[in-house]
Amino acid sequence: MSTTALEPAALPTGDAAAEARYAQATQLQLTWWRFRRHKLALVSLVVVALFYGVAAFADFLAISDPHATDARRSFIPPQGIHLFDEGGFNPHVYGLKGVRDPRTFKLAYTPDPARKLPVRLFARGYSYHLFGLFETDIHLLGIEGGGRSDGIFLLGTDQLGRDLFSRMMVATRISLFIGLAGVTVSLLLGVILGGISGLYGGWVDTLIQRLIEVLRSIPTIPLWMGLAAALPNTWSVTQVYLAITVIISLIGWTELARVVRGRFLALREEDFVVAAELAGASQMRIILRHMLPSFASHVIAAVSLALPAMIVSETSLSFLGLGLRPPAISWGILLQDAQNIQVLAGAPWLLSAAVPVTVVILAFNFLGDGLRDAADPYG
Amino acid sequence: MLIYLLRRLGLAITTCVFISILTFIIIRLPPGDFVDAYIANLAASGSSVSMEQAEAMRRDYGLDQPLPVQYLRWMGRVLEGDFGVSMVWRRPVTEVIGDRLWLTMLVSLAALFLTWAIALPIGIYSAVRQYSIADYIFTTLGFIGLAVPNFLLALILMYVGFRYLGLNVGGLFSAEYVQAPWSLARAWDLAKHLPLPAAVLALAGTAQLIRIMRANLLDELRKPYVVTARAKGLPEARAILKYPVRAALNPFASSIAYLFPYLVSGSIIVSLVLGLPTVGPLLLQALVAQDMFLAGAIVLLLGVMTVAGTLVSDLLLMWIDPRIRLEGQ
Repeated sequence: MSTTALEPAALPTGDAAAEARYAQATQLQLTWWRFRRHKLALVSLVVVALFYGVAAFADFLAISDPHATDARRSFIPPQGIHLFDEGGFNPHVYGLKGVRDPRTFKLAYTPDPARKLPVRLFARGYSYHLFGLFETDIHLLGIEGGGRSDGIFLLGTDQLGRDLFSRMMVATRISLFIGLAGVTVSLLLGVILGGISGLYGGWVDTLIQRLIEVLRSIPTIPLWMGLAAALPNTWSVTQVYLAITVIISLIGWTELARVVRGRFLALREEDFVVAAELAGASQMRIILRHMLPSFASHVIAAVSLALPAMIVSETSLSFLGLGLRPPAISWGILLQDAQNIQVLAGAPWLLSAAVPVTVVILAFNFLGDGLRDAADPYG
Repeated sequence: MLIYLLRRLGLAITTCVFISILTFIIIRLPPGDFVDAYIANLAASGSSVSMEQAEAMRRDYGLDQPLPVQYLRWMGRVLEGDFGVSMVWRRPVTEVIGDRLWLTMLVSLAALFLTWAIALPIGIYSAVRQYSIADYIFTTLGFIGLAVPNFLLALILMYVGFRYLGLNVGGLFSAEYVQAPWSLARAWDLAKHLPLPAAVLALAGTAQLIRIMRANLLDELRKPYVVTARAKGLPEARAILKYPVRAALNPFASSIAYLFPYLVSGSIIVSLVLGLPTVGPLLLQALVAQDMFLAGAIVLLLGVMTVAGTLVSDLLLMWIDPRIRLEGQ
């Protein structure tokens, strides 16, 4: 890796034009060229982008109202969309039929192959606000006709009859954005404290470094559980959301501060920083104009490695019932339903929220690795 | 060496003080104080407390004093081993916690040993046979281990065990030993149940350590002294194990300091899923019921024991690695 770094695909040796291009490339271009060679990271970038796409269009992708409960469609197993019907292309799903159990006399609703409901693109469903601005009721998928309880259940339904697929779409939005918000707060803390630590050194540095060491040697989950549980019951969903974000970001800042401090320490001695100092540039200008561009990529890499940790923290807290509270929907809240082994044995599809959690964490990890390699000019 | 020792000890004590302050904040955070909660609890069971009695209790517990004074008084009692009374259980907190704290530490320690026992050989193998099929398999498994949160893994294991093997994989004891007093048979039963939760806990840390060990050893293997050793005809196993592995072990060993708190943290949530009789489920119950003395005691004890464990591992590391021992001389 170390010897081939300066001969990327973009630079065929001997080609004068390409060499000139390489010499003139900005820091950002160089980073991008190095990043592009990291195939797994590139794929991960696409995956992460897709996830955020889902988050942005969550309600559009959702099929039925994620909050609407309906006792008649409790625990329906996942239903595929049947694409062909009698030789022709005619996507459809089955309607629900009430069947009385001959022994328990309990009315159970199961899909009925006799009733075919055609699936339509851009169908009308429950109304929502796209990007929180435009009110609309257009959804990617929907069915034509059918009763109140009929619908498309790609991932099945939970006990209260809520469509898991729709809930997962909406959960993606909350889980990913709580990660982003948490990382933003951590980043602020990390950059400020890490920057002060690296820039001034001396006793301030010692103090902040000790604080980081102390924070890192505490088992976090019980502590944050305690803090999360101490939030008053009377708080609204939004307040809890904000509080959980802050609690989670208190975990993440130490690693970011360490990265920022390390960069500051390394850059402080660089010739171009000393030159800027001698030329009489103000401290603020040196930091923002000269130092920041050369460590921004490292910080971005550290952020993409911190994000999955945030997402797991939120998922764990909500899973325990100490994080976000219903009616908020997040991956952790979806998994909370899967906590009971008896329920899980009867409805294993409730575990499906584990898939996006795993995929997104994996993607962020690969992406972070790729970015870190790409950001290192000697890597 | 003495300076290093003192520095570590100072840090451990600072951390403990810090944890105790955070614990105190957690105990005090919910609205109302201990006496309010106690009265509400008594009222729920039919008896009542007069205003005078309540005032007397507040004075008794020092709740009329400013917060720093309250903190110091609370710390004083804690240092004497008095953690207060659990409101839900109506018994002293220490009695309620009982064995659970030790079982938590046992599970975490087992996970720690397992992490080492798995990560070390695989890390060495992956570095020596870089880009071999096995290396790719281990790397992939490692990444998956890193990406699946351990409570999810526990959940999936529970499901598979229940659905396909028809057995309950949770718990630390078989049914007949849950209430039994300690005996050799009970300890053996515990030893049989320990590997599964330990493995679930260890997976993420193992993945991380494999990556660290592999990267470090790869750096060492490229150094000229290894070439020299080989050129002089040292057997391959000796040429690798004798020096490069030892040199690569240092960052590996120092990661233990951060691994232990992480494992203890993880054990809380894994215990909940697998129904282990550790402090995990108790902590959650206490927090949900706002039984703050119990919750606070658990957080505090867990934190302090973790710090102690980390300190011990640091001292071990110092003993193993002369580079740390001689640092600063």
